[in-house]
Amino acid sequence: MTKFWPTVAALMWKDILLELRTKDIVISILAFALLSLIIFNFALGPSPQITPVVAPGVLWVAFTFAGVLGLTRAFVLEKDQGNLVGLLITPTSREAIYVGKMLGSLFFMLMSEIILLPAFAVLFNISPFRPELLLIILLATIGFASIGTLFSAIAINTRSREIMLPMLFLPIVVPIIIGAVMASSTAFEGGSWSDMTKSVQLIAVFDVVALVFSAFAFEHVLQE
Amino acid sequence: MVEADVHGSLAIRVRGLTKVYGPQVVLRDLEMDLSWGDFLIVFGPNGSGKTTLIKVLATISRPTEGEVMVAGYDLKRNPAAVRRNIGLVTHQPLLYGDMTGIENLRFHGRMFGLSHLEKRIEKAADLMGATSFLGRRASILSHGMQKRLSLARAILHDPPILLLDEPETGLDQEALEMLGQMMGSGERGRRTVLMVTHSVERGLALGNQVAIMAGGKIAFHGDRSNVDEDMLKSTYSRFTGVAL
Amino acid sequence: MSIGMVLKNGLFVVCATMMLVILYLIFMWVPTDNIQGTVQRIMYFHVSVAWVAFLAFFIVLVGSVGYLWKGTSKWDHLAYSAAEIGVLLTTLLLITGILWAKPIWGVWWTWEPRLTTSLMLWLIYVAYLMLRAYSPPGNQGARYAAVLGIIGFIDVPIVYYSVKLWRTVHPQVIVGPAASGSLDSSMRILLFLTVATFTVLFVYLLIDRVSLRKSEDEVEWVRGIAEQASHLPLSLR
Repeated sequence: MTKFWPTVAALMWKDILLELRTKDIVISILAFALLSLIIFNFALGPSPQITPVVAPGVLWVAFTFAGVLGLTRAFVLEKDQGNLVGLLITPTSREAIYVGKMLGSLFFMLMSEIILLPAFAVLFNISPFRPELLLIILLATIGFASIGTLFSAIAINTRSREIMLPMLFLPIVVPIIIGAVMASSTAFEGGSWSDMTKSVQLIAVFDVVALVFSAFAFEHVLQE
Repeated sequence: MVEADVHGSLAIRVRGLTKVYGPQVVLRDLEMDLSWGDFLIVFGPNGSGKTTLIKVLATISRPTEGEVMVAGYDLKRNPAAVRRNIGLVTHQPLLYGDMTGIENLRFHGRMFGLSHLEKRIEKAADLMGATSFLGRRASILSHGMQKRLSLARAILHDPPILLLDEPETGLDQEALEMLGQMMGSGERGRRTVLMVTHSVERGLALGNQVAIMAGGKIAFHGDRSNVDEDMLKSTYSRFTGVAL
Repeated sequence: MSIGMVLKNGLFVVCATMMLVILYLIFMWVPTDNIQGTVQRIMYFHVSVAWVAFLAFFIVLVGSVGYLWKGTSKWDHLAYSAAEIGVLLTTLLLITGILWAKPIWGVWWTWEPRLTTSLMLWLIYVAYLMLRAYSPPGNQGARYAAVLGIIGFIDVPIVYYSVKLWRTVHPQVIVGPAASGSLDSSMRILLFLTVATFTVLFVYLLIDRVSLRKSEDEVEWVRGIAEQASHLPLSLR
């Protein structure tokens, strides 16, 4: 079998190369998330009392739904051009394919989220550039990417894949959303690490479970 | 390379292969032997299971039941070793449209963990007459060029066994000749090939073994020297109920 | 009649009898709760259905693991049947929860940990059924669902913990009715009896659904063969 990390690197490089050419994934995520932020801001009204209260929730709704979009795109290319077959006939471990796709999605999602933060700062009048918040975003997105890669590999093979991925993904990642909103809220209020340990731990536990499970289950999902 | 690497006496050995998709039985207790250096042409009507057979041999589809040995390796126990030893060409070119030809080949080479990658790419592209358009994006290539690139991809890791699912569809005249050459002189005896095709002419010209599939089984398997076009056509209608 | 049929019919009779008995006891015999009033009687159904729904999803887990490990369809039949019944039970759970909530809490819904987790449970297993419906033919659908069946079950305690954490940080204004609390001995016995009844009902439904699933499979199989055979010339049939 081809070695693990070279396989992962080859896959990531391929996905990044394709993304540089088409800019498919990042633009989808950015556009959708930006629209969500704007519409929420609009709908919830300009009151300065409400805005800081709802800001963390809105941020994570935007990230979550945009994330689902990004995850779908990651596999559409493989499936529709028949390239999934091309991957399957290589002598690489299926776990390596999982890690490669997952890290690729993680990279694109993180990039989009970082780019989005200034827009968020402007619309909600809050500075998101704290190290605590950035770590929360990283941990939560790892959770999204790990379980999301598994589910999008499933959803891509079903009829009605656009509805299937959110249906699978959203109920399962509720713990991440709750943890991220709580921790973000604390971060915005200027809280320290110790104030958000429980939330961060929650997300971290979910990440570990999701990663381990998805890596092992991926093989079952790929085979016909 | 092929002789030194031979593992097991038969290139492909299939016993009792059954493949089921829910209620549909696509392959039914199929048996087949292919010796090293053989070039087997498989004819069969739609629904006879030809594509599924190739999918199983290529390790894309797992058999529901049965024992399949490819290049001496058990499909179930050592699929990675099987994958190293086969090259697959299907209807779809298995290329990423937004990457250039050479980027596609590099990617596949890396996924196979190949050494001296650039040299191998040069050789494979040269063999397939694809060198001139390696720098172009795959999506803007003509169908024939894409097929040639796909063939280059398939032989990049120098597999001793080739699985071809109707490779002549979509190939231009020049490419068809190139395919014939690749299969024929210099390559014959070097690679073992299983080719599914609808073209009687091309099949009989290239192969040294002929088989007919029907109803998920191999209904007929004989030496090319014993088969001519008329005999093939009548045997085909007898077994499948349709004309070739 | 075979032994299986006898047992199944016997089970049905036992279940029906028990159901009639507890219905009488719940509505006629057991004393009214002095705090919550008559609506408290819904608790017996609510708690029983909750327990059996949880049991159902545990069986989905067992079937899913079995299917991925062994690959034989009987595991898949078990998982699918349990998921179907589980969704039905969880729907009843949510409905009884809502009906109970309004008179007691004054609101139809609140993000209380157990209720919220039940809702997520419901969503996950509805997604399970959708996945089966939308998957390509063959055993891919069964495999996908098995993967979901496992991670879904593992996720539920995490969801519960997360909602609880959320609620402790943002405590509710309304205090919900506790599962225990002031239950006198007659209520306790009746609750146990109701749980037992619903468990028997669940077992009966599960057995029935699994055998129905098996028959569905067999019919499809025969139909597939007949269809294929009709395409073959006589010499090969």
